Amino acid sequence: MKRKLEISELVFKIISYTLLTVFALMCLYPFVYAVSASLSGINAVEYNQVVLLPKDIQVEAFKRMFSDNMFWNAYSNTLFLTIFGTIWCLIYSILGAYALSKKRLLFRKFFNFFLVFTMWFSAGIVPQYLNYLQTKAVFNKVGIWDDKWLVVIAMGMAAMNIILLRNAFEEVPQEIEEAAIVDGATEFQVLRTVYIPMSKSTIATVTLFFAISRWNGYFWARQMISNGYEKPLQVFIRELLEQYQDPEFTAGWNEVYSPDSIIYALIVCSIIPILIIYPFIQKYFAKGTNVGGVKE
Amino acid sequence: MSDSRAIAKAADYLVYDKEKKVYRQDPEQAVRDDVEKHYWLHVLRTIAKDWRLYVMLVPMILVFLFWRYFPMYELLGCFKVSDQTLPVADQLFSGFYNFKILLMGSDTMSLEFFRALRNTFVLSFYGLIFGFPIPIILALFFNEIKSNVLRSVYQVLTYLPKFMSTVIITSLVIMLVKQGAQTSSMGIISQALEKLGLISYDVGNAGLLNQPQFFRAIFIISGIWEDAGYGSIVFFAAIISISPTSYEAAQIDGAGKMAQMRYVVLPSILSTIVIMLITKIGSLLSIGYEKVLLLYNSNTFITADVVSTFANRYGLEGASKGIASAAEMMSNVIAMLLVIGANTIARKASDTSLY
Repeated sequence: MKRKLEISELVFKIISYTLLTVFALMCLYPFVYAVSASLSGINAVEYNQVVLLPKDIQVEAFKRMFSDNMFWNAYSNTLFLTIFGTIWCLIYSILGAYALSKKRLLFRKFFNFFLVFTMWFSAGIVPQYLNYLQTKAVFNKVGIWDDKWLVVIAMGMAAMNIILLRNAFEEVPQEIEEAAIVDGATEFQVLRTVYIPMSKSTIATVTLFFAISRWNGYFWARQMISNGYEKPLQVFIRELLEQYQDPEFTAGWNEVYSPDSIIYALIVCSIIPILIIYPFIQKYFAKGTNVGGVKE
Repeated sequence: MSDSRAIAKAADYLVYDKEKKVYRQDPEQAVRDDVEKHYWLHVLRTIAKDWRLYVMLVPMILVFLFWRYFPMYELLGCFKVSDQTLPVADQLFSGFYNFKILLMGSDTMSLEFFRALRNTFVLSFYGLIFGFPIPIILALFFNEIKSNVLRSVYQVLTYLPKFMSTVIITSLVIMLVKQGAQTSSMGIISQALEKLGLISYDVGNAGLLNQPQFFRAIFIISGIWEDAGYGSIVFFAAIISISPTSYEAAQIDGAGKMAQMRYVVLPSILSTIVIMLITKIGSLLSIGYEKVLLLYNSNTFITADVVSTFANRYGLEGASKGIASAAEMMSNVIAMLLVIGANTIARKASDTSLY
């Protein structure tokens, strides 16, 4: 049955389309501006002639950046941290969540509390910093000199992700697991052949969360990585921004592009990987935030 | 007395057999007694039998122990005289000296601490007031779009800022409201605001982030820009689960759009709203210090400095580690009480607990 739209509904529809369009464009605009500004000439950028589309197009800013070894260094460091950090976090999170999802686990309540308490109370920056310094000393003693490994191993844990995984594992039907055990599967085989395939979408969500937090990690990487060649991209961007904000550094600038264009170019390069995988993973986001029904 | 207890104890061992209509000994009780007597032996035996499960738990426990719980031990430094060369256990005990300096001292550090505490509350409170309703409104708007393709286009666009790093977001903010100089004009957003008559040319030209009165607005608006789209997912999920028959019933009763909102949509998503509100109140104090750290500068300390950045300045960049940890200790304890309180209320209010 088709019904005529009432006036109030029509008005609300118009309002929602308009405001949504405005908001969506607001969300997009800074990124479009960044792309345009990174491609525009010096005068166009400095005097705000770039509003939406690039003007006096040049690609020198990108060229300058791509010819910078430190940029590629930073990029590969970020890739390294993201890939290994995500894998490491996934390994212990999946194993731990699997164990926690078993009702027969002794002291299950205690282990759950052990995790959840870290979400309630954090020690703060200074104690954490001292702790990382000690970890660094221990790592050096063992022979791990790269601070990269410190960042990979000691950072990025998230109790929330483990709880998401645990809840997904709890929903796997018992019968399938029992069938696997009757067939002689060990605990690890059950996890690999039953649990992981059956909670693929949650694992994808959690992987995404880990990877994004790794790709975007900044503060502790800046604090703990002392070697300039090991710095990740985010630290590189920030340090370059601080450098270019200094008027003395840019005095006597004599290029076809503005110093700002380099920063914009860097920003564009940093978000391109996210933009590329974004449409493919977007459908998983909704699941990840659906934590309202988390049970103890 | 002792007789009745002995009888009660004996009753534990007896179960009534319905078929034979006699009492017989309960074989399980003997096992239960054994477990009670040799509790830890049984624990060990269970673990040994099921060792694979417990081995799986070990890496996670170690990671959290080393890098989440050991820092809490390090936090004891707030009761000590801070000394960089000694481990925290060997430092001299100073009682509540560090807390006294922060709470009752009359020097700048104490003033700055109270300023930081106030700023933390103000920033997160404003963030809650202005930031909370917008995802709900967005979700209502998303619900109006019946075309799936169009809606997912809008969703993709509005979720986008959430996946950008804090460094990228803050770099963009810094560049878009930057100050003008001899060879360059002010940032494009500043210029737009000036064209709209919201700020004067001089104000825009001095750089909005250099003036304390704009910091809160910039922080909160950029926060909304970043989070609103992604935050609407939860509410949108609640709205699309409303059965279409509810709307039809309301329409037949002659309800207009506003009446439908009031009597159909709002009651259905109220529990989600309450839960989200309580969670937000619980995390009122855990404000993203990274973003503040990246956006503020010495000109805007007066409105921008929060407890974590205060601790960063005195503890990491300065040498007052004890005082900095004391400051964080206080704010984190308040934060924890807020979270636990909020969670308790949520549990009472709606049977759904978050943790």
